[in-house]
Amino acid sequence: MPEQLAFAMEVTLNGLMSGVLYALVALGFVLIYKASGIFNYAQGVMALFAAMTLVGIMNGQVPFSHLINALLGTEIHHFGWHVPGFLAIILTVAVMVLLAWLVQVCVMRHLVGQEPIILFMATIGLAYFLEGVSDLMWGSEIKTLDVGLPQGINIAVEEATYKLFDYGFFIDNLDIVATVIAALLVSGLVLFSQYTKQGRAMRAVADDHQAALSVGISLNFIWVLVWSVAGFVALVAGIMWGTKSGVQFSLSLIALKALPVLMLGGFTSIPGAIVGGLIIGVGEKLFEFLVGPMVGGATENWFAYVLALLFLVFRPQGLFGEKIIERV
Amino acid sequence: MLDDSDSYVTEDGRTIGGVVMEMQNITLRFGGVVAISDISFDIREGEIRAIIGPNGAGKSSMLNVISGFYVPQEGRVMYRGQPRPQMRPYEVARQGIARTFQNIALFEGMSVLDNVMTGRLNHMKASVFQQALWRGKAEAEETENREAVEKIIDFLEIQHIRKTPVSRLPYGLKKRVELARALAAEPSLLLLDEPMAGMNVEEKEDMSRFILDVNDEFGTTIALIEHDMGVVMDLSDRVVVMDYGRKIGDGTPDEVRNNQDVIDAYLGVSHD
Ligand SMILES: Nc1ncnc2c1ncn2[C@@H]1O[C@H](COP(=O)(O)OP(=O)(O)O)[C@@H](O)[C@H]1O
Ligand SMILES: [Mg+2]
Repeated sequence: MPEQLAFAMEVTLNGLMSGVLYALVALGFVLIYKASGIFNYAQGVMALFAAMTLVGIMNGQVPFSHLINALLGTEIHHFGWHVPGFLAIILTVAVMVLLAWLVQVCVMRHLVGQEPIILFMATIGLAYFLEGVSDLMWGSEIKTLDVGLPQGINIAVEEATYKLFDYGFFIDNLDIVATVIAALLVSGLVLFSQYTKQGRAMRAVADDHQAALSVGISLNFIWVLVWSVAGFVALVAGIMWGTKSGVQFSLSLIALKALPVLMLGGFTSIPGAIVGGLIIGVGEKLFEFLVGPMVGGATENWFAYVLALLFLVFRPQGLFGEKIIERV
Repeated sequence: MLDDSDSYVTEDGRTIGGVVMEMQNITLRFGGVVAISDISFDIREGEIRAIIGPNGAGKSSMLNVISGFYVPQEGRVMYRGQPRPQMRPYEVARQGIARTFQNIALFEGMSVLDNVMTGRLNHMKASVFQQALWRGKAEAEETENREAVEKIIDFLEIQHIRKTPVSRLPYGLKKRVELARALAAEPSLLLLDEPMAGMNVEEKEDMSRFILDVNDEFGTTIALIEHDMGVVMDLSDRVVVMDYGRKIGDGTPDEVRNNQDVIDAYLGVSHD
């Protein structure tokens, strides 16, 4: 039945594209975890914060306007200008770098050498704090985000597939653009880490702190750098998700989807995060398409976790991790 | 500012200059444990200075104080005639002081070549943008750094394992790679913590030769810790002997060998 096959292919393609987003969020986790051993629970909220900041800057919103008005009895909300998308993105990157620096100086710096669980708790605190700050800065209402990315069905793909299968695939332009951007981002990161001084230092810190210090690398600087890069990745994920579904609290929940991706790909593997993201993206869409109708649907909510659990049982080191052999 | 007035030439024709580093009344405590107790000594330009003593004497602690990993409670460090402010380990490294560790600290996930290359990080000055565009300074620097690294790899005879991941190497070779990484920084002072520990006789001989060659060819000042008296006597110009955190001897190998306190410490004679 070629028609069913065509459906399945369309579903697979769509799955790949949502997988790209999962991979991006997981990538943010992996970067920080590798460099500092911190599992950053706040990664999802960082994506939300980045997207809200971007919208706020574009719309010329006055940050903390509610607070300012309440304190001073004024009625200011807007600066009265609009900032073009490109410029606003640059400004948002600057804000994310500032955030990274603040996190390092105010929190993480004081927790060096603490147990991983303590560091994890600190990031939970950070997540809720940042969520509150986002609301206070930009207001909690749902916002639309439009930085000029194309949206809607891609006609070329529809026509081409119609000729081939007698059935035109529905592929969203936004998904195509998102995939291209994510691929560029990942290639850029790889080039950065392989060929620049800062990238090499980043890999060194991820490998061994003591050795890194002995060759003259400042751990604090690298940690700020890594949190900044993770903030940038969060911004990219935030733009994609926000453009698609609006900028709202649920955006921070994409972090929950990254968790099974990490179990699949391993917490320290960048290729693992990418492949894991794609597997979960495709897997959950295909599973819903093939098995969903038999069990009454809504499998997308749990499929990723079941898959991740199976992985934990049979391959706890993840896709690309080395086999763990306990020495006794 | 170095005072070269008392520089001298050794029997084998090397010139030993003035004092580069001087430890003054260093005391380091961990809770109740006194790892270093009021120790002073100096290191001269171009010499091989050994620190010896039984296990737990405080030798590694002393090296850690010099390299900034430990901060002493008392005393001060003079570097090139100036009191050195409290510095982080990476700042000390940037001053041209490289080191190896007793328990080997390599980047296990990287190849030998990449490990040695990290030793060059402080010689990379091009900005991120120059590096990204691969323009001007960045390109010249990369070539220069690659050449420097290859020279050291040849020097230490590890060409055959250039591309091997460090995690697959046997212990003796790891020690050699760690030395290569330290040398790649072109340090003015090189600190080696038990460079020959855990090696067989042949490996020890190789390592001794490398240490002598480094000192001779590059004129690098070396401070090294060694457990084994015999090896140290052959290698070093002057020796500090530590025992229970105190300095019990300081001088040429011959002077130290004939020092009664040192003999007692090594023979395990009771102190009271
Ligand atoms: N980081 C540390 N924390 C607590 N005690 C330490 C630490 N480093 C060294 N010590 C203690 O200091 C003393 C000297 O140790 P060390 O300098 O390693 O001796 P050596 O290198 O001569 O064998 C030992 O009693 C050791 O237990
Ligand atoms: Mg030691």
